[in-house]
Amino acid sequence: MAEILKVSDLQVYYGSIHAIKGISFNVMEGEIVTLIGANGAGKSTTLNTVGGLIKAKSGSILFDNEDSFSMSAEKKVKKGMALCPEGRRVFQQMTVLENLEMGAYTRPKGEVQESLDKVCELFPRLKERYKQVAGTLSGGEQQMLAMGRALMSKPKLMMLDEPSMGLAPILVQQIFDIIVNMNKQGTTILLVEQNAQMALSVADRAYVLETGNITTSGDAAELLESEEIKKAYLGG
Amino acid sequence: MLGNLINGISLGSIYAIIALGYTMVYGIAKMLNFAHGDVIMVGAYIAFYSISYFGMPALPALLLSIAVCTMLGIIIEKLAYKPLRNATSLAVLITAIGVSYFLQNAALLLWTSNTKVFPNIFANIGAIKIGSVQIAPVTLVTVFANIVIMLVLTLFTSKTKMGKAMRAVSEDKGAATLMGINVDRTISLTFAIGSGLAAIAGVLLCTAYPTLMPTTGAMPGIKAFTAAVFGGIGSIPGAMLGGILLGVIEIFAKAYISTQLSDAIVFAVLIIVLIVKPSGLLGRKINEKV
Repeated sequence: MAEILKVSDLQVYYGSIHAIKGISFNVMEGEIVTLIGANGAGKSTTLNTVGGLIKAKSGSILFDNEDSFSMSAEKKVKKGMALCPEGRRVFQQMTVLENLEMGAYTRPKGEVQESLDKVCELFPRLKERYKQVAGTLSGGEQQMLAMGRALMSKPKLMMLDEPSMGLAPILVQQIFDIIVNMNKQGTTILLVEQNAQMALSVADRAYVLETGNITTSGDAAELLESEEIKKAYLGG
Repeated sequence: MLGNLINGISLGSIYAIIALGYTMVYGIAKMLNFAHGDVIMVGAYIAFYSISYFGMPALPALLLSIAVCTMLGIIIEKLAYKPLRNATSLAVLITAIGVSYFLQNAALLLWTSNTKVFPNIFANIGAIKIGSVQIAPVTLVTVFANIVIMLVLTLFTSKTKMGKAMRAVSEDKGAATLMGINVDRTISLTFAIGSGLAAIAGVLLCTAYPTLMPTTGAMPGIKAFTAAVFGGIGSIPGAMLGGILLGVIEIFAKAYISTQLSDAIVFAVLIIVLIVKPSGLLGRKINEKV
């Protein structure tokens, strides 16, 4: 297995606030890796920095064996990185189909249909609503659209930021099933979640973030059983 | 009555073309480009010199004017607004006013304050008579140009990849970046289109009202801005509707109420519309969904 993402000694500041204090982690091809942690631990900051929306102060980010520390976000998309952002951020005034087309912005025209078919297979609900304006979708449907849209770029690495946020438990289960499915079809996944229970149950490996530091890491199944993790993140 | 209506639609079509520039730039960059009116003036001067001094035919002169204004729009954005991408909107607004004064004063230096008489580019085409109403060729061309521009822009933003990307950027720059869209280039393109349209508006404006001086663009600029707000800023059909209504109201106010009060009446209508419908006639209510 090849290493798709390698982050070393990443330091991120918001003004004078030291948000990420030198974290290192990696993702291997074909894996589901999750970053879990409490609110404000720096999970989203880490993801947004890897995705290129936030500039890190120092450290290194290797994506697909290429230095992408100071690469622009849009170039990273071209290289095969997709970030499905926190809060979904679908284009509310555009139709479902247009949202998906935007997801394929970096792809040659001839390949868009193929990706559309693939995404609709994973999310049959989206196909029923092609012409509907995205702002009128339910929260769960918007999350599916955001994931489908990110998938349209045919990413090597899909980063998901809190996909379960604000969703009913039955939808959360559905979203996680889809994540596992995406992974089975060959997409490597880096997942940020507050719902540690769910995240650990689908992931291969996990990193625990606490106030900008990685405090624990290891096999997801083992962490799920660990007393320490249970106490801190799994409600007892 | 019919004659006034036609004049109103013609004037309104010019406002509409200018308003499109305001509204598109606002939609994408969320800023009011108060220098937009002065780009119109520059466009008119370029066409004036090309025709009157270099003897160019009207169409190449118009194309040259569009090219110059397009470049000017891109340069203004690069030099004045891009460095302020993350600044407060007030700083950008003041900068836009500064650019406006800069362009007016540069025009004053380059072309002096002497009023130029814009050539009648339709001199050898007579007025067209429909029943008892005479329609000047510039009126027809203006209305026609307006319709074509509206159609092309609507198709561009709804059918092309570039146009859809523009809408995506106007909604959420961060999310658009995550699609791989180059936001800076999209903003540049919007300025280019808006400024190119300003050149067309400038030539049409000065053909209909042939006095040209460095402040020529200021008042139509403000009126067109009003039209854009009137129709719902950020909306392309809104700019169209707002522009035409504004032109018609202005001409009717001039004809039936008072020439001196016409501007006051126009702005009073705007105030009433904004009280009743703050987002403008076709403006979208902004729903914040968390």
